[in-house]
Amino acid sequence: MARLSSSQPQPNPPVELIGERADLNDEPSGTLGRALIEALQLLASGDRALLDILGLTLEVSLAALLIAAVIGLPLGATLGLTNRLPLRGLVRAVLYTGMGLPPVVVGLFVYLLLSRAGPFGELDWLFTVRAMVAAQTILALPLVVGLTWAAVESVDPELRPQLLALGATRGQIAATILREARAGVLAAIAAAFGAAVSEVGAVMLVGGNIEGQTRVLTTAIVLETRRGRFALACALGLVLLLVSFVINLALLRAGERRTPAHAD
Amino acid sequence: MPIDPVLKLTDLQRRYAGRLVVDVPGLEIRGGELLAIVGPSGSGKSTLLRLLGGLETPDQGRIFYRDRPTVPPLPLAIRRETTMVFQHPRLLSRSVSDNVGIGLRLRGIGRDAAKTRIDAMLKQVGLEALAEAPAQRLSGGEKQRVALARALVFEPTVLLLDEPTANLDPHNVSLIEDLISRERRQRPLTIVLVTHNVFQARRLADRCALLLGGRLVEVSDTESFFQSPADARVTAFVRGEMVY
Ligand SMILES: Nc1ncnc2c1ncn2[C@@H]1O[C@H](COP(=O)(O)OP(=O)(O)OP(=O)(O)O)[C@@H](O)[C@H]1O
Ligand SMILES: [Mg+2]
Repeated sequence: MARLSSSQPQPNPPVELIGERADLNDEPSGTLGRALIEALQLLASGDRALLDILGLTLEVSLAALLIAAVIGLPLGATLGLTNRLPLRGLVRAVLYTGMGLPPVVVGLFVYLLLSRAGPFGELDWLFTVRAMVAAQTILALPLVVGLTWAAVESVDPELRPQLLALGATRGQIAATILREARAGVLAAIAAAFGAAVSEVGAVMLVGGNIEGQTRVLTTAIVLETRRGRFALACALGLVLLLVSFVINLALLRAGERRTPAHAD
Repeated sequence: MPIDPVLKLTDLQRRYAGRLVVDVPGLEIRGGELLAIVGPSGSGKSTLLRLLGGLETPDQGRIFYRDRPTVPPLPLAIRRETTMVFQHPRLLSRSVSDNVGIGLRLRGIGRDAAKTRIDAMLKQVGLEALAEAPAQRLSGGEKQRVALARALVFEPTVLLLDEPTANLDPHNVSLIEDLISRERRQRPLTIVLVTHNVFQARRLADRCALLLGGRLVEVSDTESFFQSPADARVTAFVRGEMVY
């Protein structure tokens, strides 16, 4: 049976050997089929290493998402509600560029900041979970801000004076409009989580893919692919998709639930 | 009935792109009265109402709220007792009762107390059957009734109404007119009603004003406004003879 845990070095465990040979000869669909079975086996067996990797993946990406949301939602809402923003076009161009930042470049940037000689070298965060969270936050933040901005902006501007006339404070107006834009805001959160959980370049560079410490699903997939354990790599890929799907489902459920009142 | 002015404006001007749209040297709105403002389309009625509601900044002149000069945005205390029903109301993409209750929620009134008031108000505007319907799918006339309900439900003391019955059929027009009259009998309420319907002005108003090209042509008691106006243009307008 497929195993990720390698308590003892097993250079060529029989299962994988067969797997490798088959990979060279089989149709890709054969690999995918086996991957599905392996993924289920891995999950069902409660493989310790897999659970650790899964847990860390969620921990890093959800922490990055939380930080990005706490900063990005108010910022995006403010931008969307500001009528006269100086250099609006430029700000937006910068932000939209940020939405497509290459993870590996962000990784390199964070690496340089956190390395011994860098300005934040003192923190000693390099090759830790914190460095990974920092890198993914940088990737997620522009998505939260940019898409929240666009969502808030798309709400009918005439709603604002009408809320004002109904006796809303500035904060209540912002909260109400944010809620009117909830579908777009939810998309912002989902896109940001997707970007964080799926990237590999940044966490690889700043986390180092250390087994049991900084290895997440994406970096594990890279490693297993390099080792030629294609079915296992595919299985991990499926687990990643599954995780992403479940999180998005939860997000949508949370968004559709009727909340009693405004955040006031 | 108190007659000190609740709202007073002096020397008021508002321009759009250099064009003078409202030009009113003076106007007082007395406590407890219903003042109707009539006038042709584009004469500046909505603009004047938005200026009175502190939703727009005049280019010149002042607006006094109970003798206090005000500048938009008005202090929250004033906005919590003055409200405006817009000509084209925007509703939240939520249920009809959520929309009617928004003013109560903004004022921190608890769910249960709010629900009682919302239900009573929905009944008054004939929308109790649509309480849980999504507000965005309502017809124009239904939306307009929701807009009036969401304003009346928190019992404002000053009510600015911009064509509140423009999209309604005769049955609903009288339903709304009765509601407005009932509210006025029940509590101190000052109303400025903008309408293109001179018959409605005659039915409801204590005083009437004609606005033409942003200028007030005449402001007088409803009776004399219709029977013996000082300005010939008023006669032409109320008889529907004015071509504009
Ligand atoms: N935001 C704006 N920008 C530029 N012009 C405006 C704006 N709002 C109103 N106007 C112009 O000001 C004039 C008065 O408009 P207003 O809406 O006050 O008229 P009204 O008397 O309410 O008309 P109606 O009976 O059709 O509602 C119109 O000529 C209109 O085109
Ligand atoms: Mg108008």
